[in-house]
Amino acid sequence: MKIIACVKRVPLTDAQVKVGADGASIDSTGLVYSLSFYDDLAVEEAIKTKEKLGGEVTVLTLGSSDASKELRECLAKGADNATILLDPNWAARDARSTAKALAARVKELGGELVFCGRVATDRDQSAVGPMLSAYLGWACVTDVIKLELTATGGTAQRETESGIETVSFPLPAVITCDKGLNEPRLAGLKGIMAAKKKTIDETAPVAVDAAVKVLKVELPAARKAGRIVGEGAAAVPALIDALRNEAKVL
Amino acid sequence: MTSILVFVEHKNGAPRRASLEALGAACATGLTPIALATGPGAANAAAPLSAAGAKKLVVVTGADSYSPDGAAADVVAAVKSHGAVAFLAAASSTGKDLLGRVAGLLDCAPLSDCTSLTYAGGTFTVQRPILAGKAIVTAQSQSAIFCATLRPNTFAVATGSGSAEVVSVASAGGKVTVTGVAAKGDAKLDVKEAPVVVSGGRGLREAAGFKIVEDLASAFGNAAVGASRAVVDSHWRPHGEQVGQTGKTVAPQLYIAVGISGAIQHLAGMRTSKVIVAINKDAAAPIFKVADYGIVGDAFEIVPALTEAVKKAKAAN
Ligand SMILES: Cc1cc2nc3c(=O)[nH]c(=O)nc-3n(C[C@H](O)[C@H](O)[C@H](O)COP(=O)(O)OP(=O)(O)OC[C@H]3O[C@@H](n4cnc5c(N)ncnc54)[C@H](O)[C@@H]3O)c2cc1C
Ligand SMILES: Nc1ncnc2c1ncn2[C@@H]1O[C@H](COP(=O)(O)O)[C@@H](O)[C@H]1O
Repeated sequence: MKIIACVKRVPLTDAQVKVGADGASIDSTGLVYSLSFYDDLAVEEAIKTKEKLGGEVTVLTLGSSDASKELRECLAKGADNATILLDPNWAARDARSTAKALAARVKELGGELVFCGRVATDRDQSAVGPMLSAYLGWACVTDVIKLELTATGGTAQRETESGIETVSFPLPAVITCDKGLNEPRLAGLKGIMAAKKKTIDETAPVAVDAAVKVLKVELPAARKAGRIVGEGAAAVPALIDALRNEAKVL
Repeated sequence: MTSILVFVEHKNGAPRRASLEALGAACATGLTPIALATGPGAANAAAPLSAAGAKKLVVVTGADSYSPDGAAADVVAAVKSHGAVAFLAAASSTGKDLLGRVAGLLDCAPLSDCTSLTYAGGTFTVQRPILAGKAIVTAQSQSAIFCATLRPNTFAVATGSGSAEVVSVASAGGKVTVTGVAAKGDAKLDVKEAPVVVSGGRGLREAAGFKIVEDLASAFGNAAVGASRAVVDSHWRPHGEQVGQTGKTVAPQLYIAVGISGAIQHLAGMRTSKVIVAINKDAAAPIFKVADYGIVGDAFEIVPALTEAVKKAKAAN
């Protein structure tokens, strides 16, 4: 089976964010990037699926050539191929243009099963996976915490507000991976050596116009200063009073 | 009459609060709000949706077990047949799942988890947090049809008059089918939607330590239990309760953090709560920097006392 894991580099979660000089972007100087948390799960699930059902895993990113570091780590863990759809302006792409470019490449590669992260922890959209499925005309299951696959379809569990859903679906499919689905492996020495010899494809993505115009990026307003109402259980009446009469939430 | 289509989640016709809020946001645009509901009992939603401003209800029939791609196709058909200029849903797991599919089918750019929405001069402008709330983007949709989900607990529910016209359409069906739901039990509110969230962290020492947090949540009556990642990773609590960058983003009226240090990834998930209370034995814990009210001390002493005081306050109301 041709399996594809879509991955994105995002700023580390403890990054200090600064607004760019144009007031409508993030200043990327000093930001340190790594694969989005959930994309590690996507790579792991892709490799696990290959180990179980056979096939080949391609890791795919739309980004800059800096991504080769992270893609090489994916190769070291067991992915077979890697592609970067090069776009110097990747960080500003909207979900639609990202999904369209990924869909075009998935078709070229003859993909049959795509794993994405539940969300990329930069723009926090949770949109690219299901959009990709719409462009491909495939089935899609989002936020998957448990997956059982056969050569033609599978069942998945996903966590929702009303409980854990069990879902059945046919292949080809896009699966977005949520925490709990697996524990990503670490690369072994052998894998790291083998990955050094592999080439990473770099190619241009299909051109798609932006459909979202960013007017402004700003830092959230600081919360107004709070106060310590006291120490220990003796402070409870003061807290109740504040919640009731000041904050009016009780 | 330009219309805006709102997907409504419901349980046997009782709409989810977050869907009513999305309907409220639709009403605030001045466009004609059309609700769409699918699944058993959808027609029962007519009365509560009329009361919350819907002018029309599209009931999708034949979709007894939910199909996410089927629902997306049904939404797209309704958007097209009504000439709607926008599609809105709550930023719940169902709503977020639907958004990308609908946007893809319509070839429009989606905007998820918006915290404000305005419509002027034919253009939709939203605000939405990025990088887990560390920055706020103001953006305009340039797509033919505006597609967005709205953060729960952020938009007001509207009041409507009259009764919405009800039309039925048959579902297109889909490839993916929900074959079962292991319900959490009606009593349990989800952290994303509860007006009050009481969260516990590693300061509670062990899984059993959450008893005091659960008791406090039930004293409120409308509270959900949340957790830090540290305790979810230790398997004290299920992942569904995790608040933060790799968990859920919550914005309740009241957020109480018990024995949580306030790491940046945790703050990312709760810093837009209206009122934040922190209980921590370390006066230097970063959680106090975002808290409106703090009590320094041992949670095992403070929380039971707070539970009793909340019970009393609730009884007096
Ligand atoms: C990529 C990434 C993603 C992450 N995502 C998340 C996320 O989504 N959500 C999240 O929460 N974290 C997340 N984290 C983890 C985060 O960095 C912290 O490690 C975590 O939030 C700490 O949990 P905690 O506050 O419960 O534990 P600790 O930091 O250990 O804090 C425990 C607190 O309890 C207090 N305490 C101890 N005993 C008592 C007592 N008897 N009474 C009162 N107070 C007491 C202590 O003073 C301390 O402040 C993420 C980290 C990374 C790297
Ligand atoms: N630039 C990109 N390159 C490759 N995959 C991406 C990219 N952007 C998003 N994705 C995939 O889509 C998922 C969801 O992204 P998002 O919709 O931005 O939250 C990510 O976890 C990735 O699997």
